[in-house]
Amino acid sequence: MTDWQLALDSFWPLLWGGITGTIPLAVASFALGLVLALGVALMRISRNRVLSGIARFYISVIRGTPLLVQLFVIFYGMPSIGITIDPWPSAIIAFSLNVGGYAAEVIRAAILSVPKGQWEAGYTIGMSPGTTLTRLILPQAARVSVPPLSNTFISLVKDTSLASLILVTEMFRVAQEIAAFSREFLLIYIEAALIYWLFCLVLSSGQNLLEKRLDRYVAH
Amino acid sequence: MSPTDPLAPAATPDDSVLLSARGIRKSFGDNEVLRSIDLEVRRGEVVVLIGPSGSGKTTVLRSLNGLETPSAGTIDFAGGPVIDFAAPVPKAQRYALRDRSAMVFQQHNLFPHMTVIENVIEGPVRVQKVPKKQAVAEASALLDRVGLAEKRDAYPFELSGGQQQRVGIVRALALKPQLLLFDEPTSALDPELVGEVLQVIKELADEGWTMVVVTHELSFARQAADEVLFMDGGVVVERGAPGAIFTNPTHERTRRFLDRILRPLEDGGADDVSP
Ligand SMILES: Nc1ncnc2c1ncn2[C@@H]1O[C@H](COP(=O)(O)OP(=O)(O)O)[C@@H](O)[C@H]1O
Ligand SMILES: [Mg+2]
Repeated sequence: MTDWQLALDSFWPLLWGGITGTIPLAVASFALGLVLALGVALMRISRNRVLSGIARFYISVIRGTPLLVQLFVIFYGMPSIGITIDPWPSAIIAFSLNVGGYAAEVIRAAILSVPKGQWEAGYTIGMSPGTTLTRLILPQAARVSVPPLSNTFISLVKDTSLASLILVTEMFRVAQEIAAFSREFLLIYIEAALIYWLFCLVLSSGQNLLEKRLDRYVAH
Repeated sequence: MSPTDPLAPAATPDDSVLLSARGIRKSFGDNEVLRSIDLEVRRGEVVVLIGPSGSGKTTVLRSLNGLETPSAGTIDFAGGPVIDFAAPVPKAQRYALRDRSAMVFQQHNLFPHMTVIENVIEGPVRVQKVPKKQAVAEASALLDRVGLAEKRDAYPFELSGGQQQRVGIVRALALKPQLLLFDEPTSALDPELVGEVLQVIKELADEGWTMVVVTHELSFARQAADEVLFMDGGVVVERGAPGAIFTNPTHERTRRFLDRILRPLEDGGADDVSP
């Protein structure tokens, strides 16, 4: 027996939880995570062994431990050493660090995929390594990294549901509350699943548009 | 030509010494690739480097452009300090080399994400801080000059190999370097496209641009070069006017190399069986 009225009534609160919780959480964490990832990727490529060692260690820890454990260490663990962080900042820190680890490898590979001749062409027209990186290498690396980074972002949107476990009011936490109150677990969780799916469909089409735009300068 | 004419050579072809490299050595690990190279280029002069693959020609050009740091030797580029590679070379000195010369690569190395005009103005605008309007005007004149005016908004992938290489040349010219360095500019091209690129280089030479050209195109060297250097195994084996080197090489190694290029099907050691 399905309660269609409940499905309708709960749709807006769920979507609102997505719009005010899931999406800002994902967007903020992804933006911060990308900045971090770029830094880590450059450290990893660097010929300085200490820098590349630190980067390698960081990537290894992030990729080798569960995201949920990372979240719990920051939110429930840090207070033990006197550092108490609110749910939202905790979630953003944990997700950014996580994206930083995964995206760093993507960005590193993308930078290395740009032919060496592009660096040299930059140098021969008098550019510094920094200008060559930002004007010539990163724009070309962006094209190759959009598909994998889009996957990272889509995973992140879904993974934000874990933030419900550290008391962040995002879509899944709203779903849990409605479900506990109405006892319609199947209905409400499937509804939440559909909204996540909807978000991801929108993101995928955004990814396609971006890929097309970045592909305008390559032969087809 | 007025001094602001973008087509005019930046160095006046008055025959004074523009660049003098002495005792240039370069090793990659244990592999000594250049073993004391001496090279002098006068303003307005065309120096052609020939030699077998692996003889160190590219490394010479890259050293002159500051892309490679020699292990020893000196480079004296007019208007700058004498750079002595025996000691660590300050970054500013390497940048100064790049500012004075510009390289045209075998694989054009155009920026694929920029249009033709964007490729050409990138150096002037970003590095030399030329106002964009002026850079675009000069770039357009240069593109027009090599017959690519209508390609200014195309992306590199939309051009033929010969057109790409001509854009590569224009990108170098736009920097108004005192010295142009060409590293086998036609080796990656289909044979029917070689002529249009060599033609542009020949015209630049005739206008008085100073250049060092690595090439296997001996007819070009014969017509354009003031001096030809034959390199083998990291040394300059023989140097002289093209007429002398091509018709009457004094070294056996030079003769064998020229033979291989001019008669690629014949075995160097076999008796001459051609009519
Ligand atoms: N970056 C490098 N690292 C190691 N060896 C190199 C490097 N660049 C060139 N070499 C070596 O130096 C030698 C000369 O190369 P190169 O200057 O490119 O010769 P050419 O242009 O005459 O073919 C070759 O044996 C090549 O393998
Ligand atoms: Mg070479």
